[in-house]
Amino acid sequence: MLSDMIKVGMADLKTGQGNDVITTLGLGSCIGIALYDPMKKIGGLAHVMLPDSTAIKNNTNIAKFADTGITELLNQMLAMGASKARIVAKIAGGAKMFEMKGLSNIGNVGERNAEASRETLKNLGIKLIAEDCGLNYGRTVELYCDTGKFLIKAVGKDIKEI
Amino acid sequence: MSSPYSLEDVNNIYFDVLKEIGNIGAGNATTAIASMLQVKLDMNVPKVQLLTFPELGSAIGDEEDQVVGIFLEVGSDISGSMMFILTLESAKFLVNKLMYRDENTPVLFDEMELSALKEIGNIITGSYLNALASMTGLTITPSIPYISIDMAAAILSVPAIEFGQYGDHALLIQTEFGDNVMIDGYFILLPELESYSKILGALGIQM
Repeated sequence: MLSDMIKVGMADLKTGQGNDVITTLGLGSCIGIALYDPMKKIGGLAHVMLPDSTAIKNNTNIAKFADTGITELLNQMLAMGASKARIVAKIAGGAKMFEMKGLSNIGNVGERNAEASRETLKNLGIKLIAEDCGLNYGRTVELYCDTGKFLIKAVGKDIKEI
Repeated sequence: MSSPYSLEDVNNIYFDVLKEIGNIGAGNATTAIASMLQVKLDMNVPKVQLLTFPELGSAIGDEEDQVVGIFLEVGSDISGSMMFILTLESAKFLVNKLMYRDENTPVLFDEMELSALKEIGNIITGSYLNALASMTGLTITPSIPYISIDMAAAILSVPAIEFGQYGDHALLIQTEFGDNVMIDGYFILLPELESYSKILGALGIQM
């Protein structure tokens, strides 16, 4: 890996530009949201765990939730000079890692995370141009800030570009 | 959340309790595995870690290392879920042992082998939950085990999300047991919030 690799952890978000590549490893039921301004080549990646910050009292970690995480990522990119009108979004993750019958509400949290991400993007007026969500496997994602390319890697599967 | 005490207080005491249960549970699990495999197993003192989410993702190895996750839900007096994670190497070793095969037999995780792993998961998590049940006098009923083999961070996202609803840390209990080969296993117990006070109350802990 020749370019600079910026790593985003669980409940974390980072921005980059130019030759930066932003990655998050092993998304399960969490969602990776990539925002990208193609003209300024500014990118951002958030790794959110839960759909809704307002549903939980202990919500100071804004990168943990789809609603607050995406909003914060957008604000950081705007502060770097990105334009909201140009920013597009790609999302991945939200898998159902275990085939649970559903005594608890975490069986479908991946799906709820994906839905909350779509909803938040819509509310912010950001166009979601591609996604690779759901199913039952983990995903590593990479956002290339020079092109906006979003790579998805999974165990035993070909690398996918969306 | 109308608990009469702060969540951080609950967490501090609760983690001590879980740690103790972890010690006993892991001991029971080791005994159960030893008798199932008819081998002598020694156990190291379990290591209990309270981790932030970014730390949790890489606590077992690299985030992208494949691990085996065995997940089950618990019900009756308390509700929540439990996960047991094995490194891929440990899982292969246990499968071969359980199936009376040479320990170098390649394991492809076919249906038979997955079923053997589920059985191991059942015994290990069952021993752990039995320890919790007998310490608290509560009835704890596990669901059937669900299994997934995937990247460590992806498997760990499931308990992380569950812990994430209550705070910004997760509790991971690492056990190591074996004879000539050491087996690494990780327990994560995830009670729902209402169950916290039930467990603490049953143990006679006043908040």
